[in-house]
Amino acid sequence: MFEAVLLTVITAATPLLIAAVGELVVERSGVLNLGVEGMMIMGAVIGFAVANQTGSGSLGVIAAIAAGMAMSALFAVLVLFLVANQVATGLALTILGIGLSGMIGEAFIGVPGLDLPQLYIPVLSELPFFGPVFFQQDALVYLSFVLVAVVAYGLFRTRIGLVLRAVGDNHGSAHALGYSVVRVRFAAILFGGACAGLAGAYLSLAYTPQWVENMTAGRGWIALALVVFASWLPLRVVIGAYLFGAVSVLNLHAQALEFDIPSQLLSSLPYLATILVLVLISANRRLTLVNTPACLGKPFVPDR
Amino acid sequence: MRLELVKRKEHSQAMALLSPLIAVTLTALSAAIIFSITGHNPLVGLYKFFIEPLTQQWSLEATIDKATPLILIGCGLAVCYLSNNWNIGAEGQFVVGALFGSVLPVLFPSFENAATLPLMLLFGAIGGALWALIPALLKTRFNTNEILTSLMLVYVAGLLLDYLVRGPWRDPGGYNFPESRIFSDAATLPEVFGGMMSLAAPITIAIAVILAVVLAKTLKGFEIRVMGESPRAGSFAGFSAKGLTLFSFALAGALAGLAGTMEVSGALNQLLPSISPGYGFTAIIVAFLGRLNPIGIIIAGFVLALSYIGGEGVQSAMGVSNEIASVIQGLLLFFVLACDTLILYRIRMVTKRSTSAEASHV
Repeated sequence: MFEAVLLTVITAATPLLIAAVGELVVERSGVLNLGVEGMMIMGAVIGFAVANQTGSGSLGVIAAIAAGMAMSALFAVLVLFLVANQVATGLALTILGIGLSGMIGEAFIGVPGLDLPQLYIPVLSELPFFGPVFFQQDALVYLSFVLVAVVAYGLFRTRIGLVLRAVGDNHGSAHALGYSVVRVRFAAILFGGACAGLAGAYLSLAYTPQWVENMTAGRGWIALALVVFASWLPLRVVIGAYLFGAVSVLNLHAQALEFDIPSQLLSSLPYLATILVLVLISANRRLTLVNTPACLGKPFVPDR
Repeated sequence: MRLELVKRKEHSQAMALLSPLIAVTLTALSAAIIFSITGHNPLVGLYKFFIEPLTQQWSLEATIDKATPLILIGCGLAVCYLSNNWNIGAEGQFVVGALFGSVLPVLFPSFENAATLPLMLLFGAIGGALWALIPALLKTRFNTNEILTSLMLVYVAGLLLDYLVRGPWRDPGGYNFPESRIFSDAATLPEVFGGMMSLAAPITIAIAVILAVVLAKTLKGFEIRVMGESPRAGSFAGFSAKGLTLFSFALAGALAGLAGTMEVSGALNQLLPSISPGYGFTAIIVAFLGRLNPIGIIIAGFVLALSYIGGEGVQSAMGVSNEIASVIQGLLLFFVLACDTLILYRIRMVTKRSTSAEASHV
């Protein structure tokens, strides 16, 4: 039982983790992209469609990443070059993504998907409990942890990360020092888009290998909340994603145990938990002020 | 050669009027491209989508029905956005308003008199306002991001509606279908102008006009605009940012709740597991396309309502997915935001030569 629960928690947490780490990098560069949900759903539908047409899960994953990046590039052009309002543009991205994915996905409703291959290591994968939990996941689960490690190292131990954080904390000074604020932010936004697309592919190729309209069901928004929960620190995103993964599979397991609770109440728990967590975190001024990128959401137009 | 933004000395009035028109034109062009890509005649597609709904009585009436909630919600959202409060949870406020408004006809069906309808509308507005005050209070009290909390409450509201119509509020004589009892005549919003539209439409237009006057001519309207553009200046004038957050959310919630109640009382006549085709989200586009001005929002509401009717039209006539409506809505918001840049900035072409020429003058 515990093993089964843990396995579903891992698959529920992985897309949240991937999308949130991507958005964390975007926000560290001073840009708030509220379009995670839209990029994620596009990744889900394109990933599924390409995997279905080519028969290759890996090609599907690559296509999903490209789809997420294409969506984020659209956002980047608007907020960086045309200095459009970031909140409204992010919303537009989500509305567009949900519509486009519905249109593209119409042909794939009810089509069986293909499973991503799972890791198999002789002996280790056979171990009771540890085998299934640690050594029998699909590649993206391991990749999500690599991603967190790379982002954590990159942000705080490399020059690129320093420049990125400088741009996010004080774009005026970074510009004065000769760094291209727009270029750094463009790259960060594309990275965020790639992660959101990948997270979407995980949903339609691994979590539930099929295409269902609106299948992200708010996960993109929860990923945004996770960034706040983690107070912009990559390692804390892992804790948050697994916590939320656990809350979101509660529904599944509570139904199996036949608790007498309306299923709608259980389904609303992840959303209620998000609100609760946001309140707890934001009420703590010290925690939020230290790590919040100072230029988050502020437009940048260089003075001459 | 490259393009560069140059800040205008003052807002361009001409662009403020032109930008929504440019945006609609660009959206229509994109729609034509989408029709072509999916193997349809773009001209026929555009005609069916944007023009045909206006040529027939029934589709014109349907357009008015769809425009009504969009305009009412959009007006409330405009007040939020003008004052820099990012309420994106109108969809949930619409649903909870509809639930509050349905308490009388669902739980007290025998309460039938002249007061029924006014009370329902009042309850609806209160319900929407209360739901909207949750993110507002969390923002003012705990500094919680209102964007995320208001959106999360959309999902919660949807699940609450689902629970009620499948559980305690299910029609006892309804063969277990997930729907409430049909509202009595006293709880049904009457039709006006010879059945052309529901009473909801004139109520909505009246509210929009009142709001336009309040925003343009009163101190409250001035406060809303000042706090949006410069909260620091506003605080010197003695305006309270927190007070305005609560006010704008409550107002937007009340209008969305009213729209929700009028929808279930007029158009649907009962509660169903889903009562809105995304009005609360589409109204965000309406608010921006209408330049956050109630009169502009009335026009924008009709434009977006067309997209619902036109979407159904091209689906039945040409077999295009009706999801094309939300694609076009999303594109429209993109173009509106892009064109708004032209109000504040001029786009200048910079060539290598002109930059060096400028440099030599210095």
